[in-house]
Amino acid sequence: MRVGLSWLREHVQLPAKVSAAEIDLALTNLGIEVEHIVDQRELVTGDLVVGRVLTIEELTEFKKPIRFVTLDIGQSKPQEVICGATNFAEGDLVVVILPGGVLPGGFEVGSRKTYGRVSNGMICSARELGISDDHAGIIVLDPAVDAKLGDDARHVLGMDDIGLAVEITPDRGYQMSVRGLARELAHAYHVPFTDPGLGKHTEATKKPAWPLTIDDPAGCDRYAARLVRGVDPKAPTPDFMKRRLTTAGIRTLGLPIDITNYVMLELGQPMHAFDADRINGALVVRRAKAGEKLVTLDGSTRVLSEEDMVICDDTGPISLAAVMGGQTSEVVDGTTNVLFEAAHWDPTMVGRTARRHKLFSEAAKRWERGVDRNLCLVGIERAVSLLVEYGGGKAGKEVLDLNYPSEPVTITMAADKPSKLIGVDYSVDRISDLLTEIGCDVAAYDDRVEVVPPSWRPDLREPADLVEEVVRLDGFENVPSVLPIAPPGNGLTAAQRRKRGVGRALAEQGYVEVLSYPFVSRSVMQTLGVPEHAVRLANPISEEEPFMRTSLLPGLLGALKRNLGRGQRDVALFEQGLVFLPAPQAALPPTMGVAARPEESLWQQANAAVPRQPWQVAAVLAGEFERSGWWGAGRVAGWADAVQAARDVLAASAVPERDIVVEQLVSKPFHPGRCAGITIGGVSVGMAGELHPEICAALEVPRGTCAMELQLDAVPLPGVTPPPVISNYPPALIDVALVLPQEIPNAAVEAALLEGAGPLLESLRLFDVYQGKGIEEGKRSLAYNLTFRAPDRTLKVEEAVAARDSAVAVAASRFGAVLRGTSAPAGSSKSA
Amino acid sequence: MTYRNDPYDPKQPSLLSDDALKEAVQHSRALFAAAPTLKALTELKPEHLGDRSAVSLARREIGSLQPAAKAEAGKRVNEARSEIQAAYDARLAELEAEEQQRVLREEQVDVTLGWDRRPRGARHPLTTLMERVGDLFVGMGYEVAEGPEVELEWANFDALNIAPDHPARGLMDTFWVAAAETATGSGLVLRTHTSPVQARTMLTRQPPIYIVVPGRVYRTDELDATHSPVFHQVEGLVVDKGITMAHLKGTLDHFARAMFGPLAKTRWRPHYFPFTEPSAEFDVWFEAHRDGPQWVEWGGCGMVNPNVLRACGIDPEEYSGFAFGMGIERTLMFRNGLSDMREMIEGDVRFTRAFGMEVH
Repeated sequence: MRVGLSWLREHVQLPAKVSAAEIDLALTNLGIEVEHIVDQRELVTGDLVVGRVLTIEELTEFKKPIRFVTLDIGQSKPQEVICGATNFAEGDLVVVILPGGVLPGGFEVGSRKTYGRVSNGMICSARELGISDDHAGIIVLDPAVDAKLGDDARHVLGMDDIGLAVEITPDRGYQMSVRGLARELAHAYHVPFTDPGLGKHTEATKKPAWPLTIDDPAGCDRYAARLVRGVDPKAPTPDFMKRRLTTAGIRTLGLPIDITNYVMLELGQPMHAFDADRINGALVVRRAKAGEKLVTLDGSTRVLSEEDMVICDDTGPISLAAVMGGQTSEVVDGTTNVLFEAAHWDPTMVGRTARRHKLFSEAAKRWERGVDRNLCLVGIERAVSLLVEYGGGKAGKEVLDLNYPSEPVTITMAADKPSKLIGVDYSVDRISDLLTEIGCDVAAYDDRVEVVPPSWRPDLREPADLVEEVVRLDGFENVPSVLPIAPPGNGLTAAQRRKRGVGRALAEQGYVEVLSYPFVSRSVMQTLGVPEHAVRLANPISEEEPFMRTSLLPGLLGALKRNLGRGQRDVALFEQGLVFLPAPQAALPPTMGVAARPEESLWQQANAAVPRQPWQVAAVLAGEFERSGWWGAGRVAGWADAVQAARDVLAASAVPERDIVVEQLVSKPFHPGRCAGITIGGVSVGMAGELHPEICAALEVPRGTCAMELQLDAVPLPGVTPPPVISNYPPALIDVALVLPQEIPNAAVEAALLEGAGPLLESLRLFDVYQGKGIEEGKRSLAYNLTFRAPDRTLKVEEAVAARDSAVAVAASRFGAVLRGTSAPAGSSKSA
Repeated sequence: MTYRNDPYDPKQPSLLSDDALKEAVQHSRALFAAAPTLKALTELKPEHLGDRSAVSLARREIGSLQPAAKAEAGKRVNEARSEIQAAYDARLAELEAEEQQRVLREEQVDVTLGWDRRPRGARHPLTTLMERVGDLFVGMGYEVAEGPEVELEWANFDALNIAPDHPARGLMDTFWVAAAETATGSGLVLRTHTSPVQARTMLTRQPPIYIVVPGRVYRTDELDATHSPVFHQVEGLVVDKGITMAHLKGTLDHFARAMFGPLAKTRWRPHYFPFTEPSAEFDVWFEAHRDGPQWVEWGGCGMVNPNVLRACGIDPEEYSGFAFGMGIERTLMFRNGLSDMREMIEGDVRFTRAFGMEVH
């Protein structure tokens, strides 16, 4: 809401001198966000005067129109200025800044030669003066303006004011008015406030101002109306009103409508003006019928819903209640008989109607936030008297006020409730004073207060709401700072520690963490072959990417591409986060209330409707994983690095090496011969390898790009680490090279050796893979270091050899492995 | 003391002569000293200390001496040999030391050569900042709670006192999950804040509750320097007996000092949040701001609205609580002087590497 301080001053006795900064702080401390505040008196310095255009000489030799103007500014000699605007004529009143003056932004105005003439000052636009964004031309004043030539123009322009723009929180509708803001300033300055909402007004008369019935008091619990007859249709809106409306960002649309908006700004009561002569018959306030149509003031045809409220005459709906009037009954140029409406509508209904019809009018904003239901007659009185005063009409004797009041709410609050909730010792008297100050009726007892909130505070419903008012007015600065002592906690969970460990492990291996957007397209899911049954957004940022990721790879590959595009050549990235996997046939969550904890079964049912969201980790890499340099050649990132990244994750997750099974797999998005499936205890936890060249091409990443992705949630959390067995007896080191068919995977051979070697085998490590001369076509040689050791004695050579032989025997029987050669057991003397 | 009575070789006794031995010693010394290399020195060894050396030949002559003279002659020969050996050893040590020096000189390298064979990895500063916040609160006895990002509309709104028609729902710029073709709504949203975890926690455990909730949230803002449709928040919730707003202030002041230094403090402004009452927004006094010490808007907070407690089955007469929350991106931006949010989400390795393994 935008308003000048001078209007507020009409209702609150502020000190004569207050600075913009003080007002800013005062409002901020009361919870009103000040978006913009400017002391207009400080905008322009020097002489800013009213002048009359005497002569205009068009200078045509320039690219744009330039005028040489003489002005009467009340001096003996005319003032000569150059002006680039053309929206004025001889005889017009304009605003002139004289040499020596300074415009906003430090622009000094002088006497200077320009366009071949001497310009002594400048005719100003509103934007040049910093009072609005209007730069369509210079300001042309109303001929009837109350000022003499040469007078200070600041007063005429309303530039003797502090202008403020405030943002009102959704619970405090009452603040969206001069009435409300003045009230708040009265709290801040502890000065008297005259409530315009409690102004004198005429009560309802027996005979209504217009025959009217309310069919649905739930939607409309009060409706007041009164006629003004014989209004001069030519009567202009007074300057002060125009200025205040303009400041508030409301267009002027003729006196009767301007008055409704003015009263809304002043009191917070949205109003409507009908042309009484264009209403046919009695009025009915009711719900609309589904599909009923109404042409609103803006010329659009609205198709109505059963939830909308309408005001109807004999012809049908003539106004969309609380939101916008209808075209057939609006005040027009020749209107002389005006019927003012001030009603009270159900905020929920207005909110829904405003959203449905996308009509977020000033009125709708106020209705949604709550309007004082006792303002109807005050608003009517104010509007009628303004129209009588400025439009020359005659107020109708009859006043309509259909009222369906609800029981006033009494909130009983324990006297110590504010102290208990805030931690400040408030006395009952203090509580009572503060609540009385905001308009509550308070009955104070030793142990409790009984509070009836004022009609403008529908947001006050229970003790917590009253506590907020107490601490707000008493001041947050009075709340002490006390650190609570929490009971001992359990630290991070195992899963939380694991996430951190995994992140650190990958970063230590050279991977850089990325946090990419989880929005993906159908086509990227198809290309990568990741699950396509995905959560779809109804209102995505991009229509191209309406789905939530089912894999981390799309985002990571996007980041990879971006880095390569920015000139990086060797990139290794990782990401951890949720993926979203809806059940194939998900039910809708049940409706749950908020009055009490939902039934456990309902809560379970609701959660069953939430897609599964497992935590995953993925990595992608391209270019050299080990760089070339003065030390020699580098090493291009390959499938093995991707598999190793997966192993690093599992190591950081404390999965024992022996529990990890890596298998050859053929699966999208990987190269059919370079894809590893990773399982733990028979459960697949992910894949790693080199991406399929066609997929690399489709996603525009380099051929050979490698990736891995693991379902971290599927990886079992570690139990207690068993004690390691450390033998100090010397090891027996034996190497074996086995010749096998080349399709037998190393993992299977290792498993056979492990199984055959028995408990004396301490470790086993593949050290060579050989194919070529000396090895039969279609076969390869795999060479292993075997380390044997006994926990309790020095191993005899024969024992180690026997264990070696039984290891080889299992590999031989399982895969037809043939010993290529053995190095003699060297006992403890051979070092590893 | 010369003995010229050797019957076999009249020249030999001269080898045993004092002069001869002295000369042999001097001769050896001179040659050893002149040996330029270890190799040259070791080549001299047989001639001067071997079987055919002057002292060895002199020793042979002892046998032919009178028994009375043998002892004295033996002593002189031994002395001479010891002196030659000592001269040899000394020169050997000298040359070995020189050789060692030479080898070390040759082994010198340029230690200023870089060894960036494996480029360094890094963790995202948003991740490590959230961990840091988590650690601070874990140290105070809190636990870190988590929840789904595709969330029940009920948990994101209703349970938090944001009724279906509440104006605040419109302010949240919510991403709605599309409904199946047959339904009017899915009942699911991308969570607009971390607060649904409050409801989930209260529904699954009993007070006292002291939790901190870092996490990812979503709003339909277009990406620009200060907005992103995907961002992170951290939220705190305490529900216990006798919890007051003073406790909230103490907690936030402590948090501020831990994040921004010992001079940090908070300043509160009344505000409105549906899930807290009273509610406030708070600023933090940040000494190290790149534009000089100043108040910076940091987050929102308040006492848990009794409607929220009731919806989660906690009796507001018995328990009270506070909640607070702030944006992680925003915190990182002003704390570390960043000006563009886009850098945090583009995944440029140069940005992330600048923060290393922990945010400082």
